[in-house]
Amino acid sequence: MSAFSAIGIDREVDQNEFTPGIEPQATWCPGCGDFGVLKALKGAMTELGKNPDEVFLVTGIGCSGKLSSYFESYGYHSIHGRSLPISRAAKLANPDLEVVAAGGDGDGYGIGGNHFMHTARENHDMVYIVFNNEIFGLTKGQTSPTSPKGHKSKTQPHGSAKDPIRPLSMSLSAGASYIARTAAVNPRQAKDIIVEAIEHDGFAHIDFLTQCPTWNKDAKQYVPYTDVQDSDEFELDVTDRRNASEVMYEAESRLAEGEVLTGRFYRDDRPSYGQEKRHTGEMPEVPLAERYFNDDYEWERSADLMDRHR
Amino acid sequence: MTNDELLWRIAGGSGDGIDSTSQNFAKALMRSGFNVFTHRHYPSRIRGGHTYVEIRAAPYDVQSRGDGYNFLLALGDSFARNPQEGAYYGVEEVKPLSENLDELREGGVIVYDEGLLDEADVADLDERAAENDWHVYPLDLRGLAREHGREVMRNTAGVGATAALLGMELDPIEQLMEERMSGEILEQNLEILELANDQMSDTEFTHDLRIPDQGDQADEQDDQVLVSGSTSIAYAALDEGCRFIAGYPMTPWTDVFTIMSQNLPAFGGIAEQVEDEIAAASLAIGASHAGVKAMSGSSGGGFALMSEPLGLAEMAETPIVLVEAMRAGPSTGMPTKPEQGDLEHVLYTSQGDSNRVVFAPGNTEEAYEQTRTAFQIAYDYQIPSIVVYDQKLSGEMTNVDESFFDREPNPSLGSVLTEEEIEDAAHHESGKFNRYQHDPENGVSPRTIPGQEDGRFLVTGNEHTPQGHICEDPDNRIAQMDRRMRKLDSIRAELDESEQSNQTLVTPGEDEQYQYGIMTFGSQQGTVKEATERLNEQGYSVKMLGVSDLMPYPEDEVTAFLDSVEQCMVVEMNATGQFRGLTQKELGGYGDKMTGLLKYNGNPFEPAEVVEGFETSISGDVDAPGQTTKFVPAAGD
Repeated sequence: MSAFSAIGIDREVDQNEFTPGIEPQATWCPGCGDFGVLKALKGAMTELGKNPDEVFLVTGIGCSGKLSSYFESYGYHSIHGRSLPISRAAKLANPDLEVVAAGGDGDGYGIGGNHFMHTARENHDMVYIVFNNEIFGLTKGQTSPTSPKGHKSKTQPHGSAKDPIRPLSMSLSAGASYIARTAAVNPRQAKDIIVEAIEHDGFAHIDFLTQCPTWNKDAKQYVPYTDVQDSDEFELDVTDRRNASEVMYEAESRLAEGEVLTGRFYRDDRPSYGQEKRHTGEMPEVPLAERYFNDDYEWERSADLMDRHR
Repeated sequence: MTNDELLWRIAGGSGDGIDSTSQNFAKALMRSGFNVFTHRHYPSRIRGGHTYVEIRAAPYDVQSRGDGYNFLLALGDSFARNPQEGAYYGVEEVKPLSENLDELREGGVIVYDEGLLDEADVADLDERAAENDWHVYPLDLRGLAREHGREVMRNTAGVGATAALLGMELDPIEQLMEERMSGEILEQNLEILELANDQMSDTEFTHDLRIPDQGDQADEQDDQVLVSGSTSIAYAALDEGCRFIAGYPMTPWTDVFTIMSQNLPAFGGIAEQVEDEIAAASLAIGASHAGVKAMSGSSGGGFALMSEPLGLAEMAETPIVLVEAMRAGPSTGMPTKPEQGDLEHVLYTSQGDSNRVVFAPGNTEEAYEQTRTAFQIAYDYQIPSIVVYDQKLSGEMTNVDESFFDREPNPSLGSVLTEEEIEDAAHHESGKFNRYQHDPENGVSPRTIPGQEDGRFLVTGNEHTPQGHICEDPDNRIAQMDRRMRKLDSIRAELDESEQSNQTLVTPGEDEQYQYGIMTFGSQQGTVKEATERLNEQGYSVKMLGVSDLMPYPEDEVTAFLDSVEQCMVVEMNATGQFRGLTQKELGGYGDKMTGLLKYNGNPFEPAEVVEGFETSISGDVDAPGQTTKFVPAAGD
């Protein structure tokens, strides 16, 4: 019998099960896009029939980092930029867990950029949601890696001289195997994309556009968006890397012009990191975490290695 | 010149096979019945650069390098490889001979490869040899190796010549070769070994040095194994059920990381080489949180990056074990040279009040014992444990009874509940598990693992409620802080009560009160112990204490020690006396009793330096101390 019996139950789950009955309720500003992520995430988990006890949600710091406080599951509100190394190790330790990491654009593309690149490259089987509101919110409105060129803030009074990060293209070149963009203003698409991302066996990156009504009133997150799947303009084959790359380029260029393209941009069905590691014999078939609860397991000892030291 | 002990030094350039040759020779000596201790000295580069390994072999216990050495095997090739005239390597061609002479003892033996090194290029060699009664034996090791096998086998020729000069049997050496090689390579090596041995035996010897007399020691011993400090740490982790390691290469931490990475897959574990040290420590946190015993580690610079996840593990109470293999700093410092300068870094880095456990093993066996304890404490108390040692203990090898490692594994996750226990445990009215209760006496509030039914809780690096939700309420803050800090008192009490001695106390006689004390921590323990023995033989009244766990500080033991001596010298490998400072801070005094003896030139202490330091400071001798050591007089309170 598994020591983790919450995992893989088959039952109807009520959306309210993902709401913690603990005060304080969300401290996000009225109209904040982060509510859209929370709603979509709850909807996706409900649709998939996940048990809150089998979900491990790891967040970084900032308004986005509070997601784990308002979503009921095993949660880890970690430190700025480090949600990915924590969550990917948890997935390696227990591949049966449903692992979701979340953070903001500063968290994911700035301070945690190195981890983002490598987690994508390794293709861990997990979902990574980046709340992209093109601003630092909780620290009160500084320029972020996705803020447009010329963006003025207290820390960039003359306007930013930097081009913004291109998250989709960056993710593709780093090696993410599922890449999508959605927006808080469309909860249905957002939920569907999170469902797909969870079902995808590999690193699923969602660039989630979230409006910040307090610090970024000019953000494009309010404008109507085009779904690349619904539009006749793009005959996008999401499994074609070159094709996806071109549409991403288009999406990121148009974002600067104020036009928002969303939808699924890329999907690659290559084996996830866990599968690869099991294949090369560097990871056990049975979840490693289970072993510590198995009284019959015979533990290997260093005494078995003594021959080489004689 | 006594025949008590052999101090064999093999010198050459990095890439000359110095390390592997010395390891095999050390094993041959160990199998012949000697106690051995090896010391490595190498530069931070891949090929070339002066490098040597010293093997000290004696019938008695050896826990430190000696003072200098009495046999030099000088190889050389890597130096000569660079074809560019006057290139950086060019001027170094005779370094294996010239660089090693200052520490060669009177009556010492030199055998060098005359195929590669030219004695005439070494200034004053003849003069100095005559002055110091050195006995120089040139032999064309390269020629021999080239003629009967391959050039790289000149090491084997050197070992063959060594055996002849020392009157040592070839059997254990041949046996080791047979276990490690086969086919043509083995045949060639055996031939070269014997030819060099014969050729040297035909020479007329002028030296007295021979393989030491073993006395009552058995002729051969097969119950000994040769292990380094890093091996001990890695093996202790394996025996404690650690099955996850994440790291980034950095000298000298790489030793532990490599040993673990090589063994974990076969043990059903997972090793991850990741993008940086912040990630490495964060992965250890993630794996541990998910229910696996996990470790990470680094050396000074990489550990600096870990300060952030270290703080998180303290606040979140996620158990992890970190290893810090110190090298000389600041910054990248001297990558391949030992120092004990990261002590304060390890004790205090990260935000807020330190809430961690720090162990500083003093030798190979302690490295094993304390790493096991580090895991037990980490998982029982949900607190990060750090094992701090240095490049010296990392690489030095010594023989240990094989039975030492024959122990029961301990895969316990400590204070983790089973699902049955979760049912009965305290929950918030919302159904959330009370992960961080305010009231447990020893500070430990049991934890659950993601995936366990009804064990849900939130972790946060912010101050939090019992369920893990962010909270800035002053009463909650005090309750949580006090509980976390309470663990340190419980841990100290547990360590003090444990049967295993955590500090090494050496009292040479019946007395409890001594005139002098010498105190040290970590890797200098063996050296200081030997120095203490010599001082007592010289008629001084000296006892010694090697402190091996530093946080929570062993207040009672150190206080008792300091009270039992009139004056105390504190020996450590750094420039500011960090351990002396720690002791003063923790005990709130004793500054006027403690004199510091410091060394920070990149080389560890030799016993004679400690003796000299003692005599020039404590005993009132007015001579200036040696150039490599420095005194810091007692400070007063």
